[in-house]
Formats: sequence, structure tokens, C-alpha cells
Amino acid sequence: MSILIDKTTRVVVQGITGRDGSFHTRQMIEYGTRVVAGVTPGKGGTTVEGVPVFDTMAEAVRRTGANASVIYVPPRFAVDALYEAADSGVKLVICITEGVPAADMLRVCRYYEVAGVRLVGPNCPGVISPGLCKAGIMPGAIHKKGSVGVVSRSGTLTYEVVHHLTKAGLGQSTCLGIGGDPIIGLRFVDALALFEHDRQTEAVVLIGEIGGNDEEIAAEYIQRQMTKPVVAFIAGRTAPPGKRMGHAGAIIAGGSGTAAEKIAAFRAAGVEVAESPAEIAEMVATELKNRAVRKRARIVEVTAPTKMAAAGRKGSLKRPEVKKTSTKVRGRVITKPKGKSVPKKKPARKRRS
Amino acid sequence: MKIHEYQAKDIFAAAGMSVPRGRVATTAAEARAIAEEIKGTVVVKAQVHVGGRGKAGGVKLARTPAEAEQHASAILGMDIKGLTVKKVLVAEAVEIASEAYVGVVMDRSIRRPVLIVSAAGGMDIEEVARRFPEKIVKLPLDPLLPFQAFQARRVAFAVYDTPGVIQQAADIIGRLVGVFWQHDCSLVEINPLVVTPGDKVLAVDAKINFDDNAAWRHPEWEQMRDPDSELPAEVEAKANDLSFVKLDGTIGCVVNGAGLAMATMDMVKRFGAEPANFLDIGGSSSPEKVMAAMRIILRDPSVRSILFNIFGGITRCDDVARGIVQAVKQLKPKVPIVVRLTGTNEREARVILEEIHLAVAPGMEAVVQQAIELARKAA
Repeated sequence: MSILIDKTTRVVVQGITGRDGSFHTRQMIEYGTRVVAGVTPGKGGTTVEGVPVFDTMAEAVRRTGANASVIYVPPRFAVDALYEAADSGVKLVICITEGVPAADMLRVCRYYEVAGVRLVGPNCPGVISPGLCKAGIMPGAIHKKGSVGVVSRSGTLTYEVVHHLTKAGLGQSTCLGIGGDPIIGLRFVDALALFEHDRQTEAVVLIGEIGGNDEEIAAEYIQRQMTKPVVAFIAGRTAPPGKRMGHAGAIIAGGSGTAAEKIAAFRAAGVEVAESPAEIAEMVATELKNRAVRKRARIVEVTAPTKMAAAGRKGSLKRPEVKKTSTKVRGRVITKPKGKSVPKKKPARKRRS
Repeated sequence: MKIHEYQAKDIFAAAGMSVPRGRVATTAAEARAIAEEIKGTVVVKAQVHVGGRGKAGGVKLARTPAEAEQHASAILGMDIKGLTVKKVLVAEAVEIASEAYVGVVMDRSIRRPVLIVSAAGGMDIEEVARRFPEKIVKLPLDPLLPFQAFQARRVAFAVYDTPGVIQQAADIIGRLVGVFWQHDCSLVEINPLVVTPGDKVLAVDAKINFDDNAAWRHPEWEQMRDPDSELPAEVEAKANDLSFVKLDGTIGCVVNGAGLAMATMDMVKRFGAEPANFLDIGGSSSPEKVMAAMRIILRDPSVRSILFNIFGGITRCDDVARGIVQAVKQLKPKVPIVVRLTGTNEREARVILEEIHLAVAPGMEAVVQQAIELARKAA
């Protein structure tokens, strides 16, 4: 099913006639994205890569039924584009632009809350649901459709991680970059909630970095609300304090926002933290295998009561036959005996170390 | 972008906020002249982009112009937390009946600027937050609501009792919030906000950090920049559209993407060496950028090897390879270089690099390990 974008997504590209806009429109179309419109004020009536261009978002949405927008507009005009998108009727806006002033983003995010529109970014590579839709600048070829959700503050680091996941046969449901800025739309918690409720996603990879406390908030959410396994990776263990490390949001300010704190928060919440991008894939594989074991165990529990009820109705309370499942986990044979109940919802996450 | 106290005070003054009279001096003689102008006791304050100037001996009272000259002479040239003092602010000394803290800070987790006021002024606000959290009043500001007088009054009443003082405080707080929005700040602080024995309220210290992303709409920021407080390598990098932070190690790193660059530095450390720098070359593959990156790194005498970690999605690997070859031919580096190029056109890239016998690594871990090995051999 994926999250945010899929085969039904109809994309309008803001800034379609610009260098980046036109290049990435072509890339998205080649991937199979339904790019239905583009907007550049003053260029209405033309086409780019066969896509009709309109002067305004309102017209583009009205004429094509676009339901998502991707913004490839320079910082100077990006804020206006963001407001125009929120007003236009699309429900999802993905802003690639790097360099939007934070004060503007404070207002934009507030407006998006009021308007009820989802924002991803700014300063992000976009969103891709492999095999279904690509709304962004990521290289489609390294992705593979599967059940791992990926949410990240980074661009190329995400590609590195996805590269390893795909190599290990672990396809992705949706990969989204939430961006490297301090003030952004969708945050880790929001993405995790979407993944938790997505049937296609079975495990999540979270790629964080120094700065802010989005990761700590995510850790708490995972512990309290998530049943699906999460593997985390935090970049910037060697970052010096007080310096902006490329991303506007990657800064250890006033001693807080360090990688060490974030890693500690995840471990305390029972989340595995990888030491390297390659290790993420190994950890995800292990988590998925463990999950499969637990799933099989639950199936046994569900079978038993049904048979008992049937036996009761027939009048003979014969002991129901409960199949025993025996599986090998890490060299130990685990047998789920009859009648033993497995909790449907996990209580506090046990610390795995 | 950080600015000095005297620059922040100029901005506050222009916004109608009360600040002590004063001017900046670059020589001891100038300091004396300013003290003569101001008359009475003055304070001589080091102007550097770090906190803790007072503790370091960079803030001194002077009762006479001669004393001001003496103090200025001692403070100018002083090293405070790694920065050399090149300027001092000479300002009228103010009698202090009480000190408070007022600031507007960006709170990322709630996506609001927060007005913070504390009756425990003069102290480091983070320490107050740790030790006396009940002494801090916080007011998140809705970005779509223009700051209202009642909001300023609310925090002023929380800190002060005297009507005249409350009115002045509310006024200065309102103007402070105005400065925060108008000047695209990430932080504004008055610490301490002083009430004199005569019930006059003024900002005795001022701090403003600008949001670098807004520089394009503030041409006035360029002349406020202090070249002495920035490393020349970092200034050069910015001029070439590179993100660069100098570190202390021996392995030079050139990476595309900030997250990947941080992860690369982390990996260098994990494998037992120290990164010499953080460098994000961005999404473009232009030869000029590659050349600028190499030039900056090669100037660092502690660099013993350089690694390129490029994951080219849209960025074409062969373009980057051509840039590297050009840079090597022109700069003739003495340190070994190892390159990892994964992505679009990586095969063509490898051929281009092998022509000049550059080591090519198959992946991220390999390029880091090889760079460390080469650095060890070169030592």
C-alpha cells in the first residue's frame, strides 16, 4: 500500500520550466510517476516533456485533478509557491528547495496546519514508493519494492542505506526524506505513525543526525505506540559542537542535539541502533525474521479458541487439537505449546542488547 | 551568522530599545577617547563571538579614561576560548538594582519562536533552566499572530512589580520580538536586562544570531561579518559554494551530501583514524567545485590522505571523475587519494580515474579503510 504516494498520485510540478524542474520531471515520468501538470507563472499554455504547463496552481488542479505537488523553485520564490500549493486543493506538498528562511517556514508550517495539507520538506530529496511513484530527485534505480519503510533527514546518506537494503533483498515500501532544515513539515513521529498503519510496511529504518530533538520524540513514540520494529542510524557522532554541518538543522546548539543523546534515547526505547549504513540492512533482516517467528506463534493462539467454541457447540468439550509450531531461532528450538497465550499487543518494548 | 554585542546593540537602539551609551574601539587610545566622551565610569568589554567573556577577564570597569586605556590595552589581543580579541566596546557603566533574562529562541520541536523571560538574569540561561526551572517563563509565539501588547505585559508582570518598570519592560520586550522577526534571527537575547536604582530599564548586553538561509534578503549583513572570527578555509569554502568545517585529523574527506559526509567522518573515527574535515560538495559535479575542495584540503598540513565518497544519483560519476582528474593534474597533490564513486556512469568514471592511477574503492567502508591505510603508510 505504501504511504503518501502511490499509483493514484497525480503530481503537479511547481517550477517545471526551470533547469531542475524540467530535468526531474523527465526523471519522474521515466520512473512511472503520473505527472499531470506543471506550473510556472507566465508559461501557461506550453508543455514540458509532454506535460501541460499552467500559470497558476488553482488552474492546474482544476483542469487536471492533481492531488500532490512537488516544488522545484529557488528559495526566493519557494515560500510563495508553498502558500499557493496549500491554497490550491492538493493534499500533499513536497518541497525540494534548500535555503528557505526559517522564519518563513514557521509561518508556512502553521498555515499548513490550518489548511490541513501535508508538507514534506523543505530541503529534502522527496518521497518514493518503489514500483509505484517517485516524487523527488532520488535515483529510482537503486530502489526496490518491498516492506521496509525508510524515513530520513538526509539525501545521499539515504541512498547509501537504500543501496544496502536493496542489495540484501530488502525492498522498500516508501522512502521519504523529511529534510535537513530545523523547521520542517512532516517529522519523524508523523512518518512513523503512517508506517505503523501501512499494511505493506513491516519494518522501519530511521536515519537521523545531530540537531534538534526530533529523534528523541520519535524514540518515545516508538516505545509507546509502535508494534513494528525500527532500526535507527544517527550521523554526526564526530561533529564538533556549535558548527552547522551542511544542513541548516544539523547543529549541536547549547550542548544539546548530540548524536550520543539520540543514540541513547533510541536504545533506552528498545530500538536497535546501527553502527554503519551496511549494518542497518543486517539488523533489519534479523528484525523481520524475528517478527515472522512471532507472527507464526500468534497464529497458533488464534486457532485454539475457535476449536474450543466449536467443541462446546457440538456438546462435547473435547480437548482441541492445537498444532505445535517449532522454529529455530538463533540455534534454539522454540516450541509454542498449546494454550499458551501470546499477548496481542506488545507491552513495554524489551531492551534488546 | 553571529554578530558582536556592539552590532546587536546598534540594532536594538535603532529599534527604539534603551541601551547604554557606548562605542567600539580597536586601540587602547581609541578606548580612552571614548571614555572621555562618555564621562564617568565605563565598562570595557571584549567583543568576541563567545560567551563567558567576563570570567575570562574580558570585561573590566574603568573609573577614569586612563584606566579605560589600561584595560583596553590588556584585553585587546587577549585569547578567549580560542578567539583573539580585536575590538572592545567602551560603554557607560550602569548601576544595577536587578537583572533579568529576556530572549526569543527558535523551538524546533513545536515549530514556534518562544519568548523566554527569567528573573534570574546575568546567569547562563541553560544553567537556570537546569537548576531553577520554576524561575523561567516561556511564551510560544504563534507565527501567524502579530505580537500583541498583552503578551509583552504578561511576561513583564511575571518578572516585575513596579508599574513604571513593567511598562518599560513590556515595551522593550515588544521591540525585541519585532527585531527577531524583522531581522530574520534564529536567536535574540538580552542578558542582563537591567533595572537601575532609578527604575530605568535597559539592555546591558545584547546577542543576535542571524538565520544564514535569509542572507539573500539582507545585504546589510555582509559588512557586519567579522572575518577574524571565521577560519580562512571556511570562508573560502563558502565562496565556492561548499560546506566545510575544519577538524583536527589526518584524513581529508570530500563527500556529496551533508548526512553522508557526517556518516563518512564517523566511519573514519570508527576505523581508528581522525577526519581532517567535513566537506559537502553538494549535488553539482562541476570540476571547479572539485578543484576548490581539493585546494582547501591540500592546504591543511596535517592531511595525509584524501578520500572521495560520492554516491551519484542524479550527479553523474564520470563528471565528478573528470573534475578529480583535472584537479589532480593542476594541483599535483603530494598526498594519496582514494575515490569511491557509486551511481550513474560509475563504470565510465572508473576508467577515467584509472588513467591517472588513482585508487578506486568499491564502497564506502572500503574507501575509508583504504584512505586510513594510505595515511598510515605515508606517516
